[in-house]
Amino acid sequence: MKKEFKMDSREKDIENLKDYKYGFTTDIENIKSPKGLNEDVIKFISNIKKEPKWMLDFRLKAYERLKLLKEPNWQKPKYPKIDYQDLYYYSAPKSMKDKPKSLDELDPKLLETYKKLGIPLQEQARLNGIAVDAVFDSVSVATTFKGELTKHGIIFCSMSEAIQKHPELVKKYLGTVIPVTDHFFATLNSAVFTDGSFVYIPEGVKCPMELSTYFRINASETGQFERTLIIADKGSYVSYLEGCTAPMRDENQLHAANVELIALDDAEIKYSTVQNWYPGDENGKGGIYNFVTKRGLCKGKNSKISWTQVETGSAITWKYPSCILKGDNSIGEFYSIAITNNHQKADTGTKMIHLGKNTKSKIISKGISAGFSDMTYRGLVDINSKAKNSSNYTQCDSLLMGNKCGAHTVPYIKNKNFYSNIAHEATTSKISEEQLHYCQQRGLNPEEAVGLIVNGFCKEVLQQLPMEFAVEAQKLVGISLEGSVG
Amino acid sequence: MSEQLQTDFDKIVKTFKISEKEIQVKKDYLNKFIKSGFPNRKQEDWKFLDISQIIKKNIHNLSFFNDYSQPNKIDSSIFVDGLEHNKIIFINGRIEKIDFNYEDQNKIEIRDETKNDISFNYENSLIDLNSAFIHKIFKISVQKNYSLNKPLIIYHSTNDKINSTNINLRLDFELGENSCLRLIDFFTENTTKNFINIFYNFNLKKDSILKNYKIDKFKNDNLKYSFNNIEQGNNSISETFILSAGSDYFKNEINCNLNGEYSSAFINGVFSLKENQQHEIRTTINHLVENTKSYQLIKSVLGKLSKSAYQGRIFVDSKAQKTDGYQLSKAILLDETSEFNAKPELEIYADDVKCSHGSASGSLNEDSIFYLMSRGLNYQQSKELLISGFLLDVVEKITDSEIKNLIKNIIGLKE
Repeated sequence: MKKEFKMDSREKDIENLKDYKYGFTTDIENIKSPKGLNEDVIKFISNIKKEPKWMLDFRLKAYERLKLLKEPNWQKPKYPKIDYQDLYYYSAPKSMKDKPKSLDELDPKLLETYKKLGIPLQEQARLNGIAVDAVFDSVSVATTFKGELTKHGIIFCSMSEAIQKHPELVKKYLGTVIPVTDHFFATLNSAVFTDGSFVYIPEGVKCPMELSTYFRINASETGQFERTLIIADKGSYVSYLEGCTAPMRDENQLHAANVELIALDDAEIKYSTVQNWYPGDENGKGGIYNFVTKRGLCKGKNSKISWTQVETGSAITWKYPSCILKGDNSIGEFYSIAITNNHQKADTGTKMIHLGKNTKSKIISKGISAGFSDMTYRGLVDINSKAKNSSNYTQCDSLLMGNKCGAHTVPYIKNKNFYSNIAHEATTSKISEEQLHYCQQRGLNPEEAVGLIVNGFCKEVLQQLPMEFAVEAQKLVGISLEGSVG
Repeated sequence: MSEQLQTDFDKIVKTFKISEKEIQVKKDYLNKFIKSGFPNRKQEDWKFLDISQIIKKNIHNLSFFNDYSQPNKIDSSIFVDGLEHNKIIFINGRIEKIDFNYEDQNKIEIRDETKNDISFNYENSLIDLNSAFIHKIFKISVQKNYSLNKPLIIYHSTNDKINSTNINLRLDFELGENSCLRLIDFFTENTTKNFINIFYNFNLKKDSILKNYKIDKFKNDNLKYSFNNIEQGNNSISETFILSAGSDYFKNEINCNLNGEYSSAFINGVFSLKENQQHEIRTTINHLVENTKSYQLIKSVLGKLSKSAYQGRIFVDSKAQKTDGYQLSKAILLDETSEFNAKPELEIYADDVKCSHGSASGSLNEDSIFYLMSRGLNYQQSKELLISGFLLDVVEKITDSEIKNLIKNIIGLKE
């Protein structure tokens, strides 16, 4: 009897492990805005955050524009129509109303959630030396490691705080890379965005640690609309990490964030994402719609922006982190691994828009699809007629596992400058029997063998990630592909 | 424009001797076209070159009426010398002569039909336009086991009697089992502005071979659109070569369905563009069964204010294991004002496939020019040598040596 029971619990454990690890919900009372999207809701959000009038005007301008826009529908993965009136646009844990002054005052339940996610804030703050800004549903919960950063003059805080404390910076840069009149989801975000991170690195400062945000959608029927703004002033450097998770729910949830990066003369921004939103169950039920707008502007001379992303989650991923290379000699880089399994769908890639002279860009994209999933690389390289001596190199490789899935490559290449070079190559293949055979001969089981080969396939991108993230990403790659071989 | 279309249509239908039912079919096509109009840049397939804008800009008042009752004089000076060939002569929208003198007449069947059916799905308003206004559709069938002795040249020409008019041509070819056809489309020189809309339908039976060479070399002011639909059976081969250089605007579209196992499709193209020319090649290769192969190579040389675009799509069905697909496009930009656009697309649903594509564009390599100049050539000569070497690569892919030499002579490429 006893033995049987033991087996049971062990099986259960294994069962649990297989499932989405971050699929718990936290029982916290929430304050929500009234359901639906209208001017009153926007005023409600603005009011509860005690925003100045210019911010409300910014939101209302976006809302006016939104009324004229239609949802785009050219993407490959189609999804059922979203009823924007049936969403909550603001949801905050109740205990946040009187914002805690320090970590010790935080709701212990919240802290526990983050512990489950693997980011115990205090520990992380002390041990890792990574400053964490955690966004829970819509509100930034706590920003660790403040003291150290302030010493260097670095501003790392929540967006709401920045609007209150540094309005001149926010006013100057917000919406300059992604204007309120941009496409549907970006404009929606401009109208209703709730919180996010704000980073300002002053002139000549090399940020001494990695900055990091963790996003989590907790409440049901909410959309998460965060807004991140990173400004690297002349000659500065910053590396920023972003991680995302969400609880398991049957209905689909919308995540439409805007991320704006601005690099001035000689500045460098490195932005890394490990996206592990809930992808839905094996039958494709539930999951997050990840429709994010990420755009970086290399505004100054010799500036550099580099995007690194590991996309393993979401029911539908639809995003194109882009670089506008405006300053002369600026550099844009994009490294991506996108993995889709079961019924996941991804349409992702990048845009490199060369405007300045001697600008360079590099795109390395690795797509892996398994199960019934569909994966599309879509990218644009546009070299303007003024962008003399610019060059681009693009490589996108796809790996297919099974014949129920699809892998697609849709690059757009526009060369309007005769001094510039563009090179593009792409391949699609499967894991060869020889490679598998070789690994198995040496004692690996088929899953381990696939894991090893896939990690090799992704190596070029994984190398770009900061140490701690690379380890996590490598594990994620393994977990995401579980059950796809055999 | 829709009023003009309607009146021209009524005028033209009166001159046709066709049944009430056929008129109704044509009317349906016309209404479909009126509803959608000329394609524009909002449509994904027309993103790079917007034909509705180009027509508006170049042809002020496009007329759709064409008087088919008057025969045109055949100007024999346009004929290609030095190569014995069969002829189809197409002038001002009328087929004036079909001449298969070199062939066994029992092996080739030519029918003209007024009935127009389209056997495949399409979303292309220009095909609707073609179907609404087409006068006669010629169906040419090559019998089983017959290879034509000589190539067939179709001369496309217009003279100054006709201006600002929409001209349609439709030919259907059927190649029986184990047959072979070499087909050259030859576009002649002229100075009138017309919009020419060509639609070919090829049906390749088992083991048959089609070689189609489109030669648009001589300066002409026409705007052209050509659509080839190729259906391929087991073990059949299609080879298409496009020389796109003469017209003001030329878009070649090829839709190839590899329906039979071991069938293969080859598409090679050369753009050699000068001032203000805008050309495009768009291909769709559908690998629908196992063990099929496709190969595409497109090269462009772009002069002042010219623009070329290449959109290539390889689709691999989940049944089509062991597919081999390859696509390469390269461009040399000669001037600050030239522009190259590419969209090489892969859409793959099978895992045991080998598919790749590449695209590169840039200016002439200064090091190579320096090398040649240090050996005594001047700048212009070095440039020309490099360009002809670049283009020769594509011409060398032509499998028929007789036609390869003809094309080399026409372009003036030396080995």
